[in-house]
Amino acid sequence: MSVKISIPTPLRRYTGGQAEMSVDAQTAGEALERLSATYGDLRKHLYTDQNTLRHFVNVYVNEEDIRHGDGPATALKDGDTIMIVPAIAGG
Amino acid sequence: MITLAEEHLEEIGRHGERDYPHECCGLLIGSFAADGTKIVQETYPISNAREEEARHHRSLILPEELMRGERYALNKGLDVVGNYHSHPDHPAVPSQYDLEHAWPTWSYIIVSVQKGSAADLRSWEMQNDRSRFDEEEIAKGL
Repeated sequence: MSVKISIPTPLRRYTGGQAEMSVDAQTAGEALERLSATYGDLRKHLYTDQNTLRHFVNVYVNEEDIRHGDGPATALKDGDTIMIVPAIAGG
Repeated sequence: MITLAEEHLEEIGRHGERDYPHECCGLLIGSFAADGTKIVQETYPISNAREEEARHHRSLILPEELMRGERYALNKGLDVVGNYHSHPDHPAVPSQYDLEHAWPTWSYIIVSVQKGSAADLRSWEMQNDRSRFDEEEIAKGL
C-alpha cells in the first residue's frame, strides 16, 4: 500500500525539511519503521530503547488515533495518510 | 537563539502567575529563520490538560490542542516554533521529566513563578541525541 506520512515540524530537521514522505507499508507500524529506516536520526525521538513508540508520540491514520485501532498493527489502505502528532508534556 | 518581544515575555509571566500554583503551558508561534533561529510572533496559551492533582508539577498539551495551534499558525503563514510552561516555586531549569518528553528543534521556555510572582524566564533546546537541554539565548525583539 502506498501511504503518505506527515512529519511534524520538530522532526523535519532530520528529513531535510521534507514535511511528507511516501512509503509502501501494510501497517502503521511498518510505515513508521520505513520512515525511521530512511531517516535514522529521527528514530530515537519516536521510539524508546525498548523499541516501543514513546507515549507522547501520537499516530493518526486518516485522523483516527491508532490507539483506538490496532496500535502499530493498524492496517493501511492505499492512499491513507499517517500523521505523527506530538503531545507536549512538561514538569 | 529565540527572539521574543517584551510583551511576549510579559504574557508568559502573567499566564504563569494566573495559573499558580499550577503549571501553565502554551505554544510559541512564529517562524524559523534560515539559520535555525526562531522568531516569535505570538504566544498561544493552552489550558493545562493534566488532572487537578498533578497540575502543580506537570503540564500537558494534548495532540488535538497542538493541531489546533498548528492550524492557527498555518493560516497566518507561521509555524509552531516552541512551547512554554511554568515551574511554580522551582527554578526555570528543565527537569528530567521535561527531557524525557521533549521534542528536538522546538524552544522550551520555562518561567519560574515564585510565591505567585513570575521571576526568572529562560529558554532551552534539547540536544539531538536527547542527552540534555542547552540553554538558548533570548533576544528581545520589538
